[in-house]
Amino acid sequence: MPDTIREALRRNWYWFLLAGGLIAPLLAPNDYVIGVLARICLYSMLALGLNIVVGFAGLLDIGYVAFFGIGSYVYAFLASPHFGLHLPFVPVMVIVTLSAAIAGILIGAPTLRLHGDYLAIVTLGFGEITYLCLVNLDRPINITGGPSGLIRIDPPQFFGHVVDSNIEYYYMFLLTLGCMLFASIRLRDSRIGWAWRAIREDELAAASMGVNTTVSKLQAFALGATFAGFAGGLLASWQKSVFPDNFLFQESINVLAMVILGGMGSVLGVILGATIIVALPEVFRDLSVYRLLAFGALMMVVMIVRPQGLLPEGFATPRKKAEEQPPAPATASAAKGASKP
Amino acid sequence: MTSPMADLLSILPQQLVFGLALGTVYGLIALGYTMVYGVLLMINFAHGEVFMIGAYIGWAVLAFLLNHAVGGLHPIWVLPVLLLPAMVICGVLGMTIERFAYRPLYLRGGSRLAPLISAFGASIFLQNAVMLTQGARMKVYMTNTLFPRTWRFDIFGVNVSVLLLVMIAVSMSLTWGLILLVQKTTLGRSIRAVSEDREMASVMGVSVGQVVGLTFFLGSALGGAAGVLVGLYYTQIDFVMGYSAGLKAFTAAVLGGIGNIKGAMVGGLLLGIIESVAVTFINPAFKDVVAFAVLILVLMFRPEGIFGETLSDRKKV
Repeated sequence: MPDTIREALRRNWYWFLLAGGLIAPLLAPNDYVIGVLARICLYSMLALGLNIVVGFAGLLDIGYVAFFGIGSYVYAFLASPHFGLHLPFVPVMVIVTLSAAIAGILIGAPTLRLHGDYLAIVTLGFGEITYLCLVNLDRPINITGGPSGLIRIDPPQFFGHVVDSNIEYYYMFLLTLGCMLFASIRLRDSRIGWAWRAIREDELAAASMGVNTTVSKLQAFALGATFAGFAGGLLASWQKSVFPDNFLFQESINVLAMVILGGMGSVLGVILGATIIVALPEVFRDLSVYRLLAFGALMMVVMIVRPQGLLPEGFATPRKKAEEQPPAPATASAAKGASKP
Repeated sequence: MTSPMADLLSILPQQLVFGLALGTVYGLIALGYTMVYGVLLMINFAHGEVFMIGAYIGWAVLAFLLNHAVGGLHPIWVLPVLLLPAMVICGVLGMTIERFAYRPLYLRGGSRLAPLISAFGASIFLQNAVMLTQGARMKVYMTNTLFPRTWRFDIFGVNVSVLLLVMIAVSMSLTWGLILLVQKTTLGRSIRAVSEDREMASVMGVSVGQVVGLTFFLGSALGGAAGVLVGLYYTQIDFVMGYSAGLKAFTAAVLGGIGNIKGAMVGGLLLGIIESVAVTFINPAFKDVVAFAVLILVLMFRPEGIFGETLSDRKKV
């Protein structure tokens, strides 16, 4: 009997997740907890986006938070008194998403020739440059508002209804997360997803099998950036303000840790990772000074003890597929035997 | 409109002197990155933190000497007393990091991402360990008691302090010592053998584990010395100083050709000069932007650096 239950969980985990997400705020004791839940959704979006780049395509991006920042600032430019622009929510989000995607391609294109460590360093450099620009572009012309950021950002508005409570934001984020989760799964199982994983395993082999590695990598960068940019826009609308310090290098490492802890390439895993990394410090609030110390140690321990993450890729694939695999070598050898004579 | 330009040109030589002195220190830190990359082909991201801890050890020793009123602090004997403990402790720390955070990973083989992430973990861990034990506020080096402000002289209107000369001299002699060690001794030969081909070296009787440990010891010891020098120069240190200094030094290592010892020092000097020019002619706030831009451009267009050999495909992956 437990086997059938586990089977049901494996097959339909996203429905269970959605149901849990829908009822979670009803069980929350206060508004603060709902805020934490909303933050879990926001960071899950980032983790899903980075999972496309790092988990599916195997491109180590450690400046990922730059796209999050670009999304936030574009939202703030278009919907705040800073430039006197107050565009409606939906067009703003369209522009935010497009500009993040373009930034993804702009940063992705020059790094296509690089591998592994070098790619990581270049993305880190781009992330740092983005941060330094956000901090310093307030003189001579005030573009980003400098270290004090941009404030009084417009909240989202749908048909005259202004979104203003944490619970409304939570459901908005949950809806977005659901769409991104669906998109992630569909992408993973699509031709593009197979191409990404082929590149991750062996770029040369993938290229010789006819995968256009340039286009595939750019797709990964652009889609990853799109997720982060969208999440950035949502963050700006929720916080009503943006500051450069929301987008420190530390945040990139945080999101990376979510992906690693959950399991690179595992959609369910990275959401679990995001939940743990956002919720854990809240649970151990009294020990918050030791939080980062434990976090650093955890990164080392996970890499040594369980490098594949808590819920590794392939965990949620239905058992049936796994059962189909053993006969595969037999058929292959049969085919070989048949071709011999 | 010529006067602003003339003003800039007049401060350039002074900035270049500062840049040169800082550049030698970048080079000293870069040696740690370059040596580890040479033997393990991995970026030791925790190296910046080792440098930071070196600065803290130097600070603690200097404070101890001052508190116990050891009469007449003269740099001739105080400087070695600051440098030695920092170098030894940092060296041992580097070996410890290698032992616990990297060795289990590179022995297993597999993903190249794992050691990098483990290095980030080590870096975050060390930063916070220092913050929790030493406090988040910055510490002040009592440089003045060691190198009084009056110890400086004018060369063609350029102000050169004794401290700057000491920084350059210490960095250069440590680098020279390392080059001698690697080129002339048996230990150096085993390091070169391991970086050439780890498996073949072990077949020929080189104890790879020991050589890797030794490499970490040497690189981290130099990083610790650099920490003391930077502490003396800037007079203020804090627990996050390793991050940007580490990135600069890594840039220097890449600029000179990662894996190449002389290249690290040349890269450091070059980066120091580039930065001082950037400070003079562009907004000083964008100094770091220029350094990162240089890093990105070098990685994109000449990833092998100035002196580096073209990496074989085996090494590139």
